[in-house]
Amino acid sequence: MITIAERINGMFLDVKRAIKEKNASVIHELAKRQTEAGATYLDINVGTAAADQHDAMRWLVETTQEAVKTPLAIDSQKLDVVKAGLEVAKNKVMINSSQGEPEALDIYIPLAQEHNAALICLTMNKDGVPQDVDTRVEIAATIVSKVLEHGMDMDKVFIDPIILPVNVDKKQPGYMLEVFSQIKLLSDPQPHITVGLSNFSQGTKEKSLLNRTMLIMAVAAGLDTALLDVLDQDLMDAGICAEMILNKQIYSDSFLKAARS
Amino acid sequence: MMQIPNVAEKWTGAVKEVTIGATKEEGGTRGKTVTIGGTNSLPFMDFDGKPGHKPVIALDVYDTPPEDWPEPLLKHYEDVVNNPANWAKKCADEYGADLICLKLDGIHPDKGNKSAGETINTVKSILEAVDIPLIIWGCENDERDNEILPKVSEAAKGERCLIGGATQGNYKTITAVCLADGHNLITQAPVDINIGKQINILVTDLGFPNDRIVMFQTTGALGYGIEYCYSIHERGRIAALSGDRQMSTPVICDVGHESWRAKESKASDSEAPQWGSFANRGIMWEAITAVTLIQSGVDIIRMNHPEAVSIVKKHIEKLT
Repeated sequence: MITIAERINGMFLDVKRAIKEKNASVIHELAKRQTEAGATYLDINVGTAAADQHDAMRWLVETTQEAVKTPLAIDSQKLDVVKAGLEVAKNKVMINSSQGEPEALDIYIPLAQEHNAALICLTMNKDGVPQDVDTRVEIAATIVSKVLEHGMDMDKVFIDPIILPVNVDKKQPGYMLEVFSQIKLLSDPQPHITVGLSNFSQGTKEKSLLNRTMLIMAVAAGLDTALLDVLDQDLMDAGICAEMILNKQIYSDSFLKAARS
Repeated sequence: MMQIPNVAEKWTGAVKEVTIGATKEEGGTRGKTVTIGGTNSLPFMDFDGKPGHKPVIALDVYDTPPEDWPEPLLKHYEDVVNNPANWAKKCADEYGADLICLKLDGIHPDKGNKSAGETINTVKSILEAVDIPLIIWGCENDERDNEILPKVSEAAKGERCLIGGATQGNYKTITAVCLADGHNLITQAPVDINIGKQINILVTDLGFPNDRIVMFQTTGALGYGIEYCYSIHERGRIAALSGDRQMSTPVICDVGHESWRAKESKASDSEAPQWGSFANRGIMWEAITAVTLIQSGVDIIRMNHPEAVSIVKKHIEKLT
């Protein structure tokens, strides 16, 4: 499973403070720990509090790269902040994220191609986040057709149908599973399907258990990557088990270890 | 006209390259080395990616005369079965072997219980007689293998042999000596992909580099479980190409021994008149087993009969 580690994000207080004080050791530590825990990508998000988001993004990317060679996911809703991160990124990189409108995709897909980057595309448009299955799949189809139009490699495309907190609308988790199954059928080869998993359990108790259970059900429905807390070992083990059960990995007595190697 | 879409499969992983044999410059005495693996596509699907190195053929040499070889096979070796060095030379000079596989059946308590000294002499005599790389295969009695193989490994230090086999129940000694003496290692599983993967994890945990491992899933010949063996090789190769690092090692199979112990290869004309000529049956059995397994993704094929070798070599040339 492709994992995008969520902790280098200015929404977390330790990272917010580190950005403000330019305290590199906090970022180095998070970069190393998440890499050791099996992160495929490290998400880099400056949050909302930084005074100069461009400067903060450049500093976070450069500081992370001092500690690890792990690929980075440059995470911002602002195009010029993403560009600031891309400019200093030396490692393999992902852009997180573009919205699913054709106008946005026409900007982000060429940008990703220019940097040989992977791209997360959200199934949201100018009307916001859809609340139903059909609109999400419709936007996913727009994303797939734009990717084909620009000749981008489908293996670099990650469609995120935006998971909502479980305590907001009880129909949403079921909708998500349906959306995963349908996105899989949009093209062959298929795009990756991803979610920001921690959003699912936001504001709840038993976060780890909820995340873990949703991850297993989502993997069964076609999810193959997620932005998540890679430091939650039970969660990572559950993801590895789910993929092994689906025969995506060959069983061996040391399969957890093998999946991390 | 409509453009034909590119349907090439893109794999993310590749099979590791393993080199067997070391030249003088590399600390050994071999005239040639053999490199296997390196592919990032399924066998002979060259349009998907790099084909890697062609499958190679290792001819078996035994340290004790084989007791159960039928006449159509034995007649090609009758003059050399008592002399492993001459046997190896014949395989290299006349029968086109890429490698020699010395099978140490003679160290087994039931088949001669040969000493370490005798075995070291045999290994040295073969290394002197031929300049192609050597595979050394124990007798599959753990106690005797653990006693003899370390000494043999040390005697052949620097030659970068391929030594086997490490099993789930017995891997520590052989892994340690191969690591110390610079040899490659065969990891062995009983037609079981899960154990095959596990044994690779176990030996790499001991610090053995995974670009010096060759996997062996006990081979089944045509009519004797070849389909199990085929699916395991195929599943393992797909896993390797999909990025499973523990499965990304080249594969060896034992076609000669398994084919020639089949009753179809052994039954004489009078015993099985309806099965076609005794003289050719075993050769066909061996050749068909080999060409079938080649499609599943194998890198070294252990063989016996010179005519079967010639058929399989031609087949490999045709496919590559």
